[in-house]
Amino acid sequence: MTAPTSSVITLHINGEPHTLTVDHRTTLLDALRERLGLTGTKKGCDHGQCGACTVLLDGRRALACLQLAVATEGRAVTTVEGVADGDRLHPVQQAFLELDGYQCGYCTPGQICSALAVLEEHAAGWPSAVTADLRPEAGPPALTDDEIRERMSGNLCRCAAYPAIVRAVARAAQERPGESGTVAA
Amino acid sequence: MTTATTPPRPATGAVGTSHIRLEGRDKVTGAARYAADFPADGLAHGWIVVSTVARGRIRSVADTPVLAMPGVLAVLHHGNAPRLKEDFSGTFGPDATTQILQHDRVPHAGWPVALVVAETPEQAREAAESLTVTYATEPHDVDFRPGHPAAYTPEARPVRPAAAEKGDVEAELAASDVVVDARYTTAEEHHNPMEPHAALAHWDGGRLDVVDTTQGAHATAQDLARLFGLDPAAVRLRSEHVGGGFGCKAQVRAHLVLAVMAATLLARPVRVALTRAQTFTLIGHRSATAQRVRLGAGADGRLRALEHTALSATSTVQEFVETSAAYGRSLYDARGHRTVDSVVPLDIPTPTYMRAPGEAPGSFALECALDELAERCGIDPIVLRGRNEPAVGPVSGLPFAGRRLLDCFAEGARRFGWDGRDPRPGVRRDGRWLVGTGTAAATFFAGAFPATASATAHPDGTFTVRIAAADIGTGARTALTQLAAEALEVTPGRVRLLIADSDFGAAWVAGGSMGTRSWGWAVTLAARDLRERLALGGGVPADGLTVRSDTTQAVGALAARERHSYGAQFAEVAVDPGTGEIRVRRMLGVFAAGRIVNPLTARSQLTGGMIWGLSMALHEEAVRDTASGTLVNADLAGYHIAAHADVPAVEADWLDDPDPEDPVGIKGIGEIGAVGSAAAIANAVWHATGVRHRNLPIRPDRVLTAERDRAGHR
Amino acid sequence: MREFHYRRPARVSDALALLGTDPGARPLAGGTNLVDLMKTGVERPALLVDLRDLPLDRIEATPDGGLRIGATATNSDLAAHPDVRRRYPALAQAVLAGASGQVRIMATVGGNLLQRTRCGYFTAPATTTACNKRAPGSGCAAIAGEHRNHAVLGATEHCVAVHPSDMAVALTAFDATVTYETADGTGELPLAGLYRPVGGTPHLETALPTGALITGVVLPPAPVAAASRYRKVRERASYAFAIGSLAAALDVRDGTVRDVRLAFGAVASHPWRARRAERALTGGPADATAFAAAADAELAAARPLPHNGHKLPLLRTLAVAVLTELAQEAAR
Repeated sequence: MTAPTSSVITLHINGEPHTLTVDHRTTLLDALRERLGLTGTKKGCDHGQCGACTVLLDGRRALACLQLAVATEGRAVTTVEGVADGDRLHPVQQAFLELDGYQCGYCTPGQICSALAVLEEHAAGWPSAVTADLRPEAGPPALTDDEIRERMSGNLCRCAAYPAIVRAVARAAQERPGESGTVAA
Repeated sequence: MTTATTPPRPATGAVGTSHIRLEGRDKVTGAARYAADFPADGLAHGWIVVSTVARGRIRSVADTPVLAMPGVLAVLHHGNAPRLKEDFSGTFGPDATTQILQHDRVPHAGWPVALVVAETPEQAREAAESLTVTYATEPHDVDFRPGHPAAYTPEARPVRPAAAEKGDVEAELAASDVVVDARYTTAEEHHNPMEPHAALAHWDGGRLDVVDTTQGAHATAQDLARLFGLDPAAVRLRSEHVGGGFGCKAQVRAHLVLAVMAATLLARPVRVALTRAQTFTLIGHRSATAQRVRLGAGADGRLRALEHTALSATSTVQEFVETSAAYGRSLYDARGHRTVDSVVPLDIPTPTYMRAPGEAPGSFALECALDELAERCGIDPIVLRGRNEPAVGPVSGLPFAGRRLLDCFAEGARRFGWDGRDPRPGVRRDGRWLVGTGTAAATFFAGAFPATASATAHPDGTFTVRIAAADIGTGARTALTQLAAEALEVTPGRVRLLIADSDFGAAWVAGGSMGTRSWGWAVTLAARDLRERLALGGGVPADGLTVRSDTTQAVGALAARERHSYGAQFAEVAVDPGTGEIRVRRMLGVFAAGRIVNPLTARSQLTGGMIWGLSMALHEEAVRDTASGTLVNADLAGYHIAAHADVPAVEADWLDDPDPEDPVGIKGIGEIGAVGSAAAIANAVWHATGVRHRNLPIRPDRVLTAERDRAGHR
Repeated sequence: MREFHYRRPARVSDALALLGTDPGARPLAGGTNLVDLMKTGVERPALLVDLRDLPLDRIEATPDGGLRIGATATNSDLAAHPDVRRRYPALAQAVLAGASGQVRIMATVGGNLLQRTRCGYFTAPATTTACNKRAPGSGCAAIAGEHRNHAVLGATEHCVAVHPSDMAVALTAFDATVTYETADGTGELPLAGLYRPVGGTPHLETALPTGALITGVVLPPAPVAAASRYRKVRERASYAFAIGSLAAALDVRDGTVRDVRLAFGAVASHPWRARRAERALTGGPADATAFAAAADAELAAARPLPHNGHKLPLLRTLAVAVLTELAQEAAR
């Protein structure tokens, strides 16, 4: 059998379609970085163990290093390059910037994409491992610092900017439209 | 060149006020480019093949079938690689770890034995994985243990001698009312910057143009030129953004050597990036340590004897000594004072500097021993420090250039709520948790190395300052801009600061907490000189007015002093003795660390260091399989660094710490946060549980085993 | 990573045809384990059959009050599902205790059950160390080497690796059944029967027929599960595999245990249903003494290695603590 080991696919990234031939071995991460010039998404471990390559797939966070490019066809990808609205930073980005939610900056794109998704997941009522009352009737848990820490734990930061990252996510959470019930304890 | 010692004039409010990072916008939008992010026309990709055996010789490298694989351009190995300078000595001295593909010896598992270069990374990877290398294996020894017969104390070390001694330790111990004799171990640790090493090399018009991830563009370029026997002027190396360093990016590493080799042979751009697994064997690490501390004191806690001996491991390739025992030499006095570092060569990768080298493990042992002494004497640990404050350097006899250690403790105790602490261990419960608090001192040497900088005035009233500094996350780019603005007496917005380019001239690396201090000095001198020239009038020519600084003379003229930063570390922990879980509930560090240029980024750096201490205390440990000589947890799922959920509220603050004699007054804050913080946590674990955990990391199984042993002794 | 072919069928029958014809074919779901292992060279598939387009991602109540979970439902959808949170809270907790938010969103229920061990000797890239699971007949390096987090129950001299799943521990406690299809039709296995005993063939991990595709998991109705909890102890507070874990459910009336479910994680090559402990408890008093005695009864069969004996007091603590909490909550 001589079936191909590459495919022509169209990737939808930050609202733009990109048609390219990908080697099946190519991860979404490498396709973004090596083929499409979108190097904002970082390779920290290449094994799903650090979160530096976090992107949004159909609005949900995913690890681009474990996502094969060929398997991404038909899905909408948002990378850190697509988070800001033109020159206007997203509130999450603005909070990271102003509160120094980083040091070397290498894990930052992943932290930011993850934070965006955390706010969405929380708004959707998803519980976490530190949510005391799982019953759906209990409603979304208050987005405490402990909730943020647990939900962001898939994003390692070797500079250990964790305290400032948590502050940045908490601030962005409070700035969400209609936000009133969050607790920054 | 001026060596002005006038105190800086804060004309612009630039220094000492918070500024968001100049490159911050690029970092939050993904625009900041790191070494592996640079494109190049005709880029080829190198993939390193490392040895699977721990010791032996390479018998064969079956490159022929691999060369026939799709896209493969070259297979480099010891049989065909370009020759390097055998007797290479670089910024940090002789370094035989640079001798990549120069011989058939395999000194440890994970040593580079080949480079496969191909058109795409996927092709390079599969080809590299397909390369068969055979070995004549030899018996190996990777078993680090106290009492190893091959251990020795290095004789001549220019910086930090391996041994220092005064008085008669044995006699003083014999005369002491209270003696603490305790052994401590720390685990092998790996830097694991989030950015794995990568380099892009190509020849451009007779010059070697390199993008690397390095803590010092100039130093690395010089070392690279020396290693390849090139004219130093023929090498340009840049590292605009660096994704963390912590000591592992200050030297020429395998990825860089191999990228240059391949780019030279293929005459096209080549990128070589390390995999995360390769970073566990190719970039250095912090050795495990086995330490013993003997303290003798009067009943009042005043030290009569201080002996600290430490053993670390090095490789058979290059000696590197983790100088843990040197930690106490400037900190605590005793009539009998003996500190000795020893090392044992094993068939393991060569260790290197890692954030607070020596101080991190050394402070763990000594600051825990002090806590044990306080317990034995029935004295509060802070009071104990107060009774042991030396007037001059205990070993050097030199005066201190400022020493606000006790002020740090006082301020920290006040803010942490230390006063009134019940000293009894194991008595505070919060549900399933036992709760305790601990403290420790911290100190780090404040040195300086020569640097050069240039400052250019432009006709439009703006300025450009150039220095081969590196911003590895420290905030150096922003801090240096603030310093330049201050010296120029303009707002920071009028200063464009360019860094991380070897063409900007000699400059020290981002290391030893001496980066911003050393560069800031050069930047300040150049900027001040430029301002003085502009003040003479005459206007700025169309192509600008440039002055250069070189601090060699000024650094050399600095009076000999015990010059250090200090800190007091506090931690509160909760321990579940039934499950072994430990949670750090809060940490506080109060520091006296010279002039703080940018409070916003300084706080980040200090708390980051403190969290390194947390991570060292509870999580980090490379586990080596003695049978194979390999690590069994060489990835970020197995080698744990603290994650978000492990890190509580961590607070850092500082006291004014002026040094009128010092022309810059900056002491550096990259490492002090990581000193003493592990000890504070370990001391808090004792206070919580009543068990002294002298082996790091304090894992759940160690807590559980200690509880079982304690139950067995009842 | 080796070159491979890739197909994304839209129907289960097409997927089965692809999986059945090529012995080198592997199903690809979230990829969080498979792609990782392809990079380390442990897995070298010739063909990936992407299950993404198959209609297997639903989570729905069964008429009898149980739950049917599609094989490609993601971990995060499972944990967020109202019925799971309400009726099987330990399952939601177990899922949430696993990996990271990103991994849970990608990973699927079927893949979770089939994930491979995280034993460092198994996952190490290009290693020369022995591993009977990776290279049958090569031996087990962990027994004389690093085995702090390895099995204390059910292991043999051929393999001491543990199954890393949290989810499967809770599913085991609740008597889940795995449904599958082959080209010949459908079948099912109790989850407890999905995993083969280690014996001398640790590389043969499941009892699924060759070419079978897991289509889902069925949870029978279990009123006891409404009062259930999952506790996990690990070397980090999050994003780490377990040292030991426990899924427990307890039905207490008037101080007497009417129904109880217990399963341990990270102790064996599969989730360990603690039936001996359950039997010891059922019909007896719901107090700490009884809970400890039951845990000890279960753990009497444990054969710890030199460096993992700490798991026994840990599991005992977990059993007593979690059952006590559940009993106290029932009394309120």
